[in-house]
Amino acid sequence: MTAKVEIPSALQRFVKDQPVVEVPAGTVKNVFSGLISEYGELKNHLYDENGEIRSFINIYLNDKDIRYAQNLDTEVKAGDVLQIVPSIAGGR
Amino acid sequence: MKPGAKALGSSIAELIGGTPLLRLERVWPEGNLFAKAEWYNPGQSAKDRPALYILDEGERSGRLKKGMTVLDATSGNTGIAYAMIGATRGYPVCLCMPASVTPSRIKVLKAYGAELILTDPKLFSDGAILKARELYAADPERYFYADQYGNENNWKSHFETTGPEIFAQTDGRITHFVSTLGTSGTLMGVGRYLKSRSAHIQVIEVQPDAAFHGLEGMKHMESSIVPEFYDPGFADRKMTVRTEAAYRAVVELAREEGLLAGISSGAALEAARAVARENPAGVVVTVFPDNGLKYLSEHFWDDIL
Repeated sequence: MTAKVEIPSALQRFVKDQPVVEVPAGTVKNVFSGLISEYGELKNHLYDENGEIRSFINIYLNDKDIRYAQNLDTEVKAGDVLQIVPSIAGGR
Repeated sequence: MKPGAKALGSSIAELIGGTPLLRLERVWPEGNLFAKAEWYNPGQSAKDRPALYILDEGERSGRLKKGMTVLDATSGNTGIAYAMIGATRGYPVCLCMPASVTPSRIKVLKAYGAELILTDPKLFSDGAILKARELYAADPERYFYADQYGNENNWKSHFETTGPEIFAQTDGRITHFVSTLGTSGTLMGVGRYLKSRSAHIQVIEVQPDAAFHGLEGMKHMESSIVPEFYDPGFADRKMTVRTEAAYRAVVELAREEGLLAGISSGAALEAARAVARENPAGVVVTVFPDNGLKYLSEHFWDDIL
């Protein structure tokens, strides 16, 4: 009963270079906790010093921004795809 | 108009450069920290300078001819500059950028008439660079590939304008220059000029602290396509800034200094303050590349506005 999390290229080195990681389904909050417990180096990149998901990170569940659903309480089912997308391009 | 009569008013191109040097009085009361306010350029960012130089040199060399389309990869500010200058000269402009740029940035570009090609946001600006190269390779007769990451006129614009302005505006007393890195044009151009005036002037470069960051306009060199004219051995010192520290600095600039500055300006302030703290007898100058109007929809403002 797993969901897929697409990992941006800038973070793949922390998940053994995998572009997609399978994690147990649950809420988005649970999925991220599971991700961090398996790949601890991600924590500082995904969470700020207050333990919140960093503000420039957009999380899409099946292409829909979770901010317009139940945010971190949004249910992620087996087979669903989560994407981690920085909202700032990092370019000029 | 009578022959020989002086033209009235100014053109857009004539208004590029000559930006003010701000004395930061509340975010750094010690009095030795100054910032160049590049949003005073007509396109509202430092990028007006390299864009003008690149297009002017393109025309002089004959590489940019009437009927061609100006093409480049840009997350916005350079694109705004190209679109603005292109509009005054009748050149269509085609810009490749990550789909994650702020919506207001996209609107500004479309308002100037630019064609936009949005690329995969997970690939940051590198995805846009690769797309622009692909388009140019497929149709080199149609496009003038401006190539802000490789065109020497990028850093030369800062060598010939921003650098001399800073030196003059500090009466030659500048001791430290702190620059955020994007294409590295500002760092290399201003840095080279300042060192040509005095080898003692320290040049400090500032990058995001990690490959995964929220600092629009800035590049983490180790994990990116490196701009061709960037010299990693040039700066006397390298500093990094965490994204959230830059965001806090942006809010502080607005609330304490009355400056609604962009995100890279927040990063510049964070680093420059540290340098100013370490060098109380020095004169520390940084560049604030753009203003903050384009970034008000970013989520770090959500709990504040």
